[in-house]
Amino acid sequence: MQLAPRSDPRITAGIAALGAITLLIGGAFAGLVIEGAHDFSGAASAFDPYLLRVVRFTLWQALLSTLLSVVPALFVARALARHPRFPGRGLILQLFALPLALPAIVAALGILALYGSAGYFAGLLGGRDWPGIYGLSGILVAHVFFNLPLATRLFLEALGTVPANHWRLASQLGMGVRHAFRLIEWPALRAALPGVAGLVFMLCITSFTIVLTLGGGPAATTLEVAIYQALRFDFDPARAVTLTLLQIALTFAVVLALTRLGANTAGDANLPVAARRYLSASPTETLLNAALIVLALLFVAGPMAATVAAGLGADLGRLAGEGAVRQATLTSVVLAFLSASLAVTMSLALIAARRALALKRRAGRKTLLEHAADTGAGFVLVVPPIVVGAGWFLLLRTVSDVFAIAPLMVVTVNAVMAMPFAIRAIRPAYDAASERHERLCLLLGISGWNRLSLIDWPSLRRPLATGFAFAMALSLGDLGVIALFGSDSVQTLPYLLLARMGSYRTADAAGLALLLGLVCLALVLAADRLGRGERS
Amino acid sequence: MMPANESRAKGVTVRLEDVSFDYGEAPFRFDVGFAAAKITAIMGPSGSGKSTLLNLVAGFEAPRSGRVLIDGSDVSAAPPSARPVSMVFQENNLFAHLSVERNVGLGRSPSLSLGDADHAAIAEALARVGLAGKERRLPRELSGGERQRVALARVLVRDRPVLLLDEPFASLGPALRDDMLDLLANVHTERQMTVLFVTHQPEDARRIGQDMVFLDNHTVAATGTAADFFDGSGPDAFRRYVGMDAAKGSRLDDRG
Repeated sequence: MQLAPRSDPRITAGIAALGAITLLIGGAFAGLVIEGAHDFSGAASAFDPYLLRVVRFTLWQALLSTLLSVVPALFVARALARHPRFPGRGLILQLFALPLALPAIVAALGILALYGSAGYFAGLLGGRDWPGIYGLSGILVAHVFFNLPLATRLFLEALGTVPANHWRLASQLGMGVRHAFRLIEWPALRAALPGVAGLVFMLCITSFTIVLTLGGGPAATTLEVAIYQALRFDFDPARAVTLTLLQIALTFAVVLALTRLGANTAGDANLPVAARRYLSASPTETLLNAALIVLALLFVAGPMAATVAAGLGADLGRLAGEGAVRQATLTSVVLAFLSASLAVTMSLALIAARRALALKRRAGRKTLLEHAADTGAGFVLVVPPIVVGAGWFLLLRTVSDVFAIAPLMVVTVNAVMAMPFAIRAIRPAYDAASERHERLCLLLGISGWNRLSLIDWPSLRRPLATGFAFAMALSLGDLGVIALFGSDSVQTLPYLLLARMGSYRTADAAGLALLLGLVCLALVLAADRLGRGERS
Repeated sequence: MMPANESRAKGVTVRLEDVSFDYGEAPFRFDVGFAAAKITAIMGPSGSGKSTLLNLVAGFEAPRSGRVLIDGSDVSAAPPSARPVSMVFQENNLFAHLSVERNVGLGRSPSLSLGDADHAAIAEALARVGLAGKERRLPRELSGGERQRVALARVLVRDRPVLLLDEPFASLGPALRDDMLDLLANVHTERQMTVLFVTHQPEDARRIGQDMVFLDNHTVAATGTAADFFDGSGPDAFRRYVGMDAAKGSRLDDRG
């Protein structure tokens, strides 16, 4: 039992945040259920061979993407771990952090510019035998582009947890490279493997933008894209309900399996620290490792370089002067700003409530509320933005103009989607600060506004800024919700980009991609810098 | 706020009356009193309940049953900041992002709205603990001993009749610890507050302790004057704990 003020405002704030999340997701479910009940036979009849093919493709592409990302990542991570100090290593790791922040549509454009049928690669080959990259191959390349660096970083982090003494011991015992791998590196990698693979699988199964832009036709469509098409093109709500419920069941099953495996579903934004190694690599191994790292580097850097090159080739001056571009930029920035503010505020409320409840509890069982504050934000990963958007779309289409609520949907859904990342940025700092300050504040009677302004704000400023920048980058680059709700009157940059791609104005699209990519990268670099700043 | 050098709080009695408490495992039971204006050293093996006892007095924990009395009045339900108590922990006594002056100032006003009298009191307290001229420093620019001095300065400006010390000098080297003990003894002579001093070091207790409370197995095993405890007539469990050679009577084996 802990004597805390009876009605801790932190707990109240946490309950309010949980309520808002529940409302957002509950409303989406209500929309689905009402629509499903309204047209049950329609929803049931949506189970047809086409649907089964979509489900099969969704799983198949995710499985292949996971294999192609995770297996090479094991070796790249090991290569990087074997050489803890070489010039450019830090830069490579920074570069590997970028895809996480790059909007999917920007990456898709970069990949098209590089490997597409009219891309640089085709130009290099004379354009004759190059088949282009639409369909499964395009989806796989894009997914590996995103997930290979992520998996590499996570594996590298796992290797970093090997105690230095194990390496000292290994060199003292005269272990060779092979034995060191079997006895030291592999156990660490194997422990991380299920979690990393599960995370990548999850990201690929819910990937929307990549499949929308690189997938081709009915042969290469996933559930999420099918939902979007059912709502925006075929206008077949019954079918959308069935697809959405299937998508939820699928992601739920994956998340359940993931939590069993102990995966961290929020990815990671921190650079692992290079530990000192005590086994030096032989020249042959060094050469192999170097080749491996260079290959991975080229694969990751290629599409980014192509984005820049293609973007610079666009008529940037004309684009910047265009009213639609200016309007979309303004809309994007305002919505992303609001979304990030909401994400950070709600994250902080949940983090503080969880901490306050844990302090109050001391020993004994966690209450349901504490569980909810602890993992509530993680559950949003079960319901991808498209699903939430689809639910609200169905719910509201009968009562109002769905396109009029586009800004509200973009802000709230993206805010909730960014919360797991924001929480990861803020929570360690909050808990550490609370650990140091809690009793002092109680003793000195520092509470409420005094506590927020004098004690909490100064120690949380940086992690809050990190979470904010990250959330803003995520929101800026999102195409999921706006694809459903966007219209001529409310356009964001990704939406405009998609429209230009659709009307084959490739140069315009490339210019916009460069702009969007640069803004997101600037935000994420700022987040990284802030996150790694002094913490005393 | 009262002027810096007026009507200072005198020590009052502290009593735990049939207090029971548990963290979900074996319960603690405390029934013990502390004399007004004295320094009582509280010793006992790890896990015997020393910090728990202080937390109960400070109000960080609430008794499951029984009462906590300070100056005869029941404070069992009062929040920590409403109790006539100051506390110094082993570490993290200061807010890392606030200057020395502001850290001390929080002892006068939790919103840091400080008047002239407050600033005078802060300056006086900092001078008293030997930190004049370091007002603007941040905690990280101070040594471990200096940080504890800042905490002590805050105790002075808060001016509460009871002072709880939870191994405040445990992470300091021997010479620094002696200095701090002297400072504490001097401050106690001037202020006459009731001090409950948890320590692992028999030397600390012998040097400045007047009374002793020995805890063992989640309860009070023995009480008495420090003199009695250290001249060999203390309880066996205490002598075993401090490693006192029973045959020779009073030699102390400092366990560092």
